Amino acid sequence: MRAPRASRAARYAPAVYPTIMLGLFFVVPFAIMLAVSFAHRVPGGFYEPGFELANYARFVSSFFLGTLGFSLFVAGLTAVICILVGFPVTYFITRMPRRRQVVWMVFLLSVLSLSEVIIGFTWSILLSRTAGLSNLLVWLDLMDKPVSWAPGFAALMCGMCYLGFPYTVLVLFPALSRLDPELPEAARTLGASPLRTFFTVIMPIYRNAIVATVIMIFVFSLGVYLLPQVLGRPQHWTLSVLITDQAIFQSNLPFAAAMAVFLMMVSLALVGVTLLLGRAERRAA
Amino acid sequence: MSGLRLEGVEKRFGAIVAVGDAHLHFPEGQFFCLLGPSGCGKTTLLRIVAGLIEPDAGRVLLDDDDITDVPAHRRNFGMVFQSLALFPHLTVGENIAYGLRIRKVERATRRKRCEELLELVRLPGVADRHVSQLSGGQRQRVAMARALALEPRLFLLDEPLSALDAKLREDMQVELRQLQQRIGVTTILVTHDQREAMTMSDRVVVMNEGRVAQVGPPLEIYRSPANTFVADFIGTSNLLPAVVAAAGRVTVAGEALAVAALPDGLGPGAEATISVRPESVHVLPDSAAGENRLPGRVTFVRDVGVSVETYLDCAGHEVISIASPKDRPDVRQGDRVLVELPAADIVVLSA
Repeated sequence: MRAPRASRAARYAPAVYPTIMLGLFFVVPFAIMLAVSFAHRVPGGFYEPGFELANYARFVSSFFLGTLGFSLFVAGLTAVICILVGFPVTYFITRMPRRRQVVWMVFLLSVLSLSEVIIGFTWSILLSRTAGLSNLLVWLDLMDKPVSWAPGFAALMCGMCYLGFPYTVLVLFPALSRLDPELPEAARTLGASPLRTFFTVIMPIYRNAIVATVIMIFVFSLGVYLLPQVLGRPQHWTLSVLITDQAIFQSNLPFAAAMAVFLMMVSLALVGVTLLLGRAERRAA
Repeated sequence: MSGLRLEGVEKRFGAIVAVGDAHLHFPEGQFFCLLGPSGCGKTTLLRIVAGLIEPDAGRVLLDDDDITDVPAHRRNFGMVFQSLALFPHLTVGENIAYGLRIRKVERATRRKRCEELLELVRLPGVADRHVSQLSGGQRQRVAMARALALEPRLFLLDEPLSALDAKLREDMQVELRQLQQRIGVTTILVTHDQREAMTMSDRVVVMNEGRVAQVGPPLEIYRSPANTFVADFIGTSNLLPAVVAAAGRVTVAGEALAVAALPDGLGPGAEATISVRPESVHVLPDSAAGENRLPGRVTFVRDVGVSVETYLDCAGHEVISIASPKDRPDVRQGDRVLVELPAADIVVLSA
């Protein structure tokens, strides 16, 4: 039976607003970026409409591909470190009394209010030779003289993880709060120590949540473009830095757009592969 | 002394005494029910036995060994939880074999033991299924099989049947009791359902507000409750205020009644409460004379076929009488009648 026209329109009415918003602020800008990535650059000027693959061709060089690989590596490592630290921390927060949980969550949310700029410069000061943590270690007689830890790869990772950590906890918190407290207790009565309970019951139950969080932090970290410049050396600059550089300082929007599209495709493909692997494994189990 | 013993066990949550000064002995091989209304501390007591909660005071002894400080994972007590707590990421077989795997038992042995246990709980051939594919009653059995996998010293159950529908619950009660008798493991079950406790246990521990109110075989607790709480909580009971008149006699609503026995320490003039089970109360036509009768008025008759409940008003106190259909009193709402309370069925409790 076919519904009358008017009522069918009414049924879809609630979807109109989100559709318009999504189209206006997501699909249209993305389409423009896609179009620009094929446009022809006018050296010293802007760009003119056209269809050429020159921008993508330029990207496929060892320098840019190397940067792409490094970007994926940094984002992946950040996601893994965040989950390794964040999952146990979130678990212990959810096991705390309600009032202490609130204190922790307020603290983590306040970290979110710090911008990437502030986090970047704070870490660079903390890791500097003149005013950094190494001075504290010298004062404690653990080191001979203060050293500079920033810029460098370790400094970059510190900043990246600091940035991703609150998100990790926020995403895992609702899922872990819902854990039936009797599940770990059941494992205890069956002879599993608290540590074994954590690895044999709690972690496996949250496999999906863990995978989802890793993907989120990975994608989020790919877009970070300030920290590599503040905390890293030029060889630690990620693709996001190069995109910013091309778009703003070199005025080469077509090339910036091409890199952005490429980065997006590669990260989407990686996320897709991860999800497929997860599903295949579940089917096998 | 073999079996489990609790000595002065106490647990407070803030200002609330969840369990206060519990002294209990659970001899080997018996089936115990911890019975009481919600919030009476029965689950807390079970968790203290399991080692999931540390008591604030007192000792837990197993065969005279102090196990108060032994953590839950070293006690080897099987426990079935209220939510069943089956691991959602494992199959039925993996759930049952979890404890064996922790103990590094070989795969083949695990598999064999798992089949045996499923046989024991009458659920063979589901080892490879996922927990989510089972019905409520089947999950129940899997949870029991898992708790029994390590041949535990003690089998603990925390209201495991409360999630089942009434019919299945009754079946499972009988089955659980038979299972316990087959394997002979000392069992402690927490329940708020007195019928469940009566069906299954060798001994019932009635708890109220963190205290042990009475311990005894089910029928003893039913027939001679130790106080008004037990009388009221176990089954239904007619509780009437009374005053001790002389040896073997009490006064209720101005009428002298003969009673079989008086508790120690109640002299003439002492306030007391009498408890009479509804099935012991007989409703008689107004004219009949005799001992132990109170005048009353019929306020309501509920005839549900299998039994007849007569609600009576005796000097402002409600008294309920239950009779089988063939003993149905020939009375109607509003009739003035005599209510007979046989001396042998009156339990006098200190008020």
